[in-house]
Amino acid sequence: MRALGLGRWLRSAPGVGRLPRRVPPDRTVLRAPAGSPAPVPAAGRQRPPAQVGRLGRSSARSGAGGASAAPRHVTVEVLDHLEHLALVDFRDSEGVERLQKAIQFADQLHEVNTDGVEPMDSVLEDRCLYLREDDVTEGNCTEELLKNAREKVEEYFVAPPGNIPLPKLEERETFLKGS
Amino acid sequence: MSSIFKLYFPSLFFFFSLAPWVPVVGLEIHAQISSNSKLFSGSQVQFAAPPNSLVSFFDASLPGTLPVLNRRCVEAAVMTGLALNCSINKKSLFDRKHYFYADLPAGYQITQQRVPIAVNGSLSYSLCIDNKMSQMVTKTVRIKQIQLEQDSGKSLHDDTRSQTLVDLNRAEGQLRVDANVSVHHPGEPYGVRTEVKNINSIRFLAKAVDYEIQRQIEELESGRTILNETRAFDSKLGCTVPMRDKEGKQDYRFMPEPNLPPLILYDAKSLPANMNHQQVVNIDWIHERLPDLPSVKRAKLVERYGILPEHSFTLLNEDGLTEFFEDVIKQTQMKPKKVIGWILKDLLSYLKQHSLKVKESPVSSFLLADLLNRLEEKEISSTAAKQVFAELWKGEGKTPLEIVKEKKLQLIQDQKDLEQICQAVMAIKAGNRKVLNKLIGLVQRETQGRSNPVLVKQLLEKKLSE
Repeated sequence: MRALGLGRWLRSAPGVGRLPRRVPPDRTVLRAPAGSPAPVPAAGRQRPPAQVGRLGRSSARSGAGGASAAPRHVTVEVLDHLEHLALVDFRDSEGVERLQKAIQFADQLHEVNTDGVEPMDSVLEDRCLYLREDDVTEGNCTEELLKNAREKVEEYFVAPPGNIPLPKLEERETFLKGS
Repeated sequence: MSSIFKLYFPSLFFFFSLAPWVPVVGLEIHAQISSNSKLFSGSQVQFAAPPNSLVSFFDASLPGTLPVLNRRCVEAAVMTGLALNCSINKKSLFDRKHYFYADLPAGYQITQQRVPIAVNGSLSYSLCIDNKMSQMVTKTVRIKQIQLEQDSGKSLHDDTRSQTLVDLNRAEGQLRVDANVSVHHPGEPYGVRTEVKNINSIRFLAKAVDYEIQRQIEELESGRTILNETRAFDSKLGCTVPMRDKEGKQDYRFMPEPNLPPLILYDAKSLPANMNHQQVVNIDWIHERLPDLPSVKRAKLVERYGILPEHSFTLLNEDGLTEFFEDVIKQTQMKPKKVIGWILKDLLSYLKQHSLKVKESPVSSFLLADLLNRLEEKEISSTAAKQVFAELWKGEGKTPLEIVKEKKLQLIQDQKDLEQICQAVMAIKAGNRKVLNKLIGLVQRETQGRSNPVLVKQLLEKKLSE
């Protein structure tokens, strides 16, 4: 799996946030599209959807309730951990700053008093989950599927051997080492 | 994608070394649901199909596709939960479990980590204390949860060309197990656990767990520590080894599956009036249709036929044996308590010796019942009956009657005949009360087991008193 440039993706994402004035004016507000991948520029690689809400926070928890979204510093350890987990590449300080601003943006959620309120896990919670009958209705399209594959052997998709984990921080050429 | 459950059994048992160590074992069991189509798509579920032929666009994780839940899988999960004494969660949720692997094209698996469909069950089972099946002990194991989960694809590693071939059909092994093992001293917190994968049979499971417990104890007693890692069981060497590809503890970044609303189940009380019943899974309706569970079946067998509890275990543990037993009972006047001996000692041991299943038995229930009837009618002795059984096993199509005639195994009932034989034997040995039993034995041997022992004893005693 190849790392991707999150910084570049962030710069190319259009759109304006829906929350009021407190959003910093430089337009890098993230919409987190639920479930669908972001548009793919140039390189044609797979991109994971931006999942802002669950990024780990190791340092500087914002104060209980009060202070509106103080800027967050994310440690190198957390950034390295994220790069391993999601195979993103923060690439440069601008990428890291975008991340910090994204967390700050999401932190605004803490301003709402949620005492005694059940957490919502899905905006679909009032919808009925549709149940499908146990019938065979699809499949049998091997040729069509394999057309998407860059490499194939007989009717198998071809992938690199095993899992190649991202090398440890010390062994990588990354700007994170300098910070 | 085919669907699987995760059953988590924690159990606890003791053994002693220098200081007492308590091992804790949890099993993660993946069982494939028997259904026509997959958990989240309408692709067929079929064993050994051509690679990637049972794959829909969703299964290939193409953008824009969405999971659609299969009702049959939900019913199967509820049934399993009920059979294992679980509480069924009327509202359960789906989550995404993220990790990267070539056979997981989406980069995540849809599972039920936080609020699964069933929790807090138990399973009772019996163990023989000794080898003779005479002392049985009942044990209970806890079931933490049962969850519906997507299966990942299948990877074939081609080391020569340094590549992996991926087949997204799924539907491979029907039952898989991973074991989680840790050890600690009584009263102290649980130790660090390891996960052991690549266990392919119950016997290997026992070996893997035993090895891992021993390994952890040795490591800890030598002052080293246990890593929270995943290990693979090497069946040839009988040991566990660290797995190359895994890098320590995985962070799966669980998040709610945004494309699936909560799964709501109903019972008779909460059933909504106007809902389309195709969209409703009713727990009570499923409960009513559960077949008799093994413990109930065993109790019924013991009560109906007067057999011992350990017999009922053997009957149920062998596919088709109970039916065979009951078929024989129907066709013979021999009492069930005697029939069971023939089923468990004779039939079953022959089957095991030849590695055959009950349905492959060359002796049908009809033939066995016929044989047992001849025994009941005292046409043959039980020793002769065993010989007939051995002949029947050859499967040459002969009936017990034919074999008896052929081998001259009929019981000699005629008094005069037996008198003559006894006299001949007594001529060889001097009349001595103490060797009466020996004489009976000799008579039996002379007549090749065909003489009625009761009659022989009477005749001998009469002769001896003359």
